[in-house]
Amino acid sequence: MEKTWNNKAWFMVLPVLVLVGFSAVIPLMTVVNYSVQDTFGNNDFFWAGTEWFTEILHSQRFHDALIRNLAFSAIILAIEIPLGILVALAMPKKGIWVPVCLVLMALPLLIPWNVVGTIWQVFGRTDIGLLGHTMAALGLDYNYVQDPVDAWVTVIVMDVWHWTSLVVLLCYAGLVSIPDAFYQAAKIDGASRWAVFRYIQLPKMGRVLLIAVLLRFMDSFMIYTEPFVVTGGGPGNSTTFLSIDLVKVAVGQFDVGPAAAMSLVYFLIILLMSWIFYTVMTNAGTDRRDEGAGH
Amino acid sequence: MARIRLDHIRHAYTPELARAGNYALREIDHAFEDGGAYALLGPSGCGKTTLLNIISGLLTPSEGHIRFGERDVTMLAPEQRNIAQVFQFPVIYDTMTVAQNLAFPLRNRRVPEPEIERRVREMLGRIGLETKADRKARGLTADEKQKISLGRGLVRSDVNAILFDEPLTVIDPHMKWVLRSLLKELHREFRMTMVYVTHDQTEALTFAEKVVVMYDGEVVQIGTPEELFERPRHTFVGYFIGSPGMNVMDCRVEDGAALIGGERIPTRNARAPSGAGKLELGIRPEFVRLVARGTPGSLPVSVDKVEDIGSERIVRARLGGEKLAALVPEGEGLPADAAVTFDAAAVNLYADSWLIEERA
Repeated sequence: MEKTWNNKAWFMVLPVLVLVGFSAVIPLMTVVNYSVQDTFGNNDFFWAGTEWFTEILHSQRFHDALIRNLAFSAIILAIEIPLGILVALAMPKKGIWVPVCLVLMALPLLIPWNVVGTIWQVFGRTDIGLLGHTMAALGLDYNYVQDPVDAWVTVIVMDVWHWTSLVVLLCYAGLVSIPDAFYQAAKIDGASRWAVFRYIQLPKMGRVLLIAVLLRFMDSFMIYTEPFVVTGGGPGNSTTFLSIDLVKVAVGQFDVGPAAAMSLVYFLIILLMSWIFYTVMTNAGTDRRDEGAGH
Repeated sequence: MARIRLDHIRHAYTPELARAGNYALREIDHAFEDGGAYALLGPSGCGKTTLLNIISGLLTPSEGHIRFGERDVTMLAPEQRNIAQVFQFPVIYDTMTVAQNLAFPLRNRRVPEPEIERRVREMLGRIGLETKADRKARGLTADEKQKISLGRGLVRSDVNAILFDEPLTVIDPHMKWVLRSLLKELHREFRMTMVYVTHDQTEALTFAEKVVVMYDGEVVQIGTPEELFERPRHTFVGYFIGSPGMNVMDCRVEDGAALIGGERIPTRNARAPSGAGKLELGIRPEFVRLVARGTPGSLPVSVDKVEDIGSERIVRARLGGEKLAALVPEGEGLPADAAVTFDAAAVNLYADSWLIEERA
């Protein structure tokens, strides 16, 4: 077929470029702009070069927040992924209970972040909260306002409560897409329940699990609202995650330069980690065909 | 290995359907002889897959019993029945290699490792996948995957039967032929009972020694391909097997002959059973001869169209108000004013769709 060459066709993509420019590139460049300059107010800016980046990368405060963030993401992934798979496996595959279960699962996902935070903030209070009060009545020393461990437990349980459903729904979608013939073949092959999970269900859930891990990692690494509402980053700095710290620097102290540098480093870490997860998980189960074709 | 006996099997998917008399399988009473190659042939929804799943144990019949030899297996789970099944879509274990796939049913049954090794090697050779033994199974083509499914069944040398549920549906046409030959070869070698479900008559007729034709939850005829062709016991068999299918026309019976629109047609089994409802005459297009009008004993027809299919032509005509197809060999002239004669030995009469049996 004869193709028509006409450079005017580039105008057709102009709306997209403009849209992406205004929604992503320009805001991002503003941050880049701040990150390499210093200001003393009056809208006077001075070139600062890599100063803010050096400062951030050597800052103990940044390191601590980063480690807290990594620990938080690791813990919630370690809980939410297996728990999500288990719940998805336990959910009915057909019948009237399917919509009921799906709606129940979707409920926490429909609640706005700050409302979730408020719910748990009240729920955990020892004076009026159902959870806090019950714990106190049982003689347990639980106080998320003063005890860093209790604060962490509260924030983690809250995240598990809020987001396990997402993993469940994704896994469930993966599970119901497995044709019956696989289960029937496994029965005929005499496979155990574990073998069915290991060799049929888990491989078939691979793709959705990848999405679940990525989404949960990115989201938990950027967590802000819920811990901010519940603990405000405390007690002390024990639940001050990167985003909370960032807001303190940018809005609290109005150090836009360091805050911008921090944002960029933060952004690059998320990008890097997501890329690592993606590469590792997509390569995990694939055929090493190049080597296999050799013999 | 054993004879598979289906003792008055009936099946409805729910008790409500059973109460309403809506059975997916109406009543099957039949035996698959040990070592036979059977095809279950019928249109979609006729109950053939249901029957297959009842044999393999994936379904428990609502009524009746299944015996493998003398043993009643009605309530046994699939893994206890020692049966293999190949499904419509290739079922392979994605994360395993080809060899591991074949070893899987043996490992699950705790066969000693050297024995597994030996049998898997042997089976890889039989299905022609030696060179791909260590490849991950997921990257293979559909026919290779289907060979693995087949191999997983055959690798257990002691299976009672292998069941095939339309196994060639997703296979390319030229590979279908290769796989079917492989199946026949394996059947000759291992002599295990094979039951093959299909809605493709060519597949059924080439694969099976005996074809079980099912229609609307019932077995309408069991026979060799020749029997199905020459003496269809039910108008459905005549219509379903053969291309084009058997001509079926409404008729009356008087004094040992069938009448269509006032024309007398001598038949083999012309006798109306008392109380019979609808009478029909069936004749295969292969036995309809097109002759010039006026030939003694001929019936005048009007020709609607002629389809040339290469080796022969299909003449679509009308006899009275009834549609009629005739096969005319290539090169034979078509008369301008056409009439037909029927080969009397090939004319079958049906009462309420069932063949009127010859008097002894």
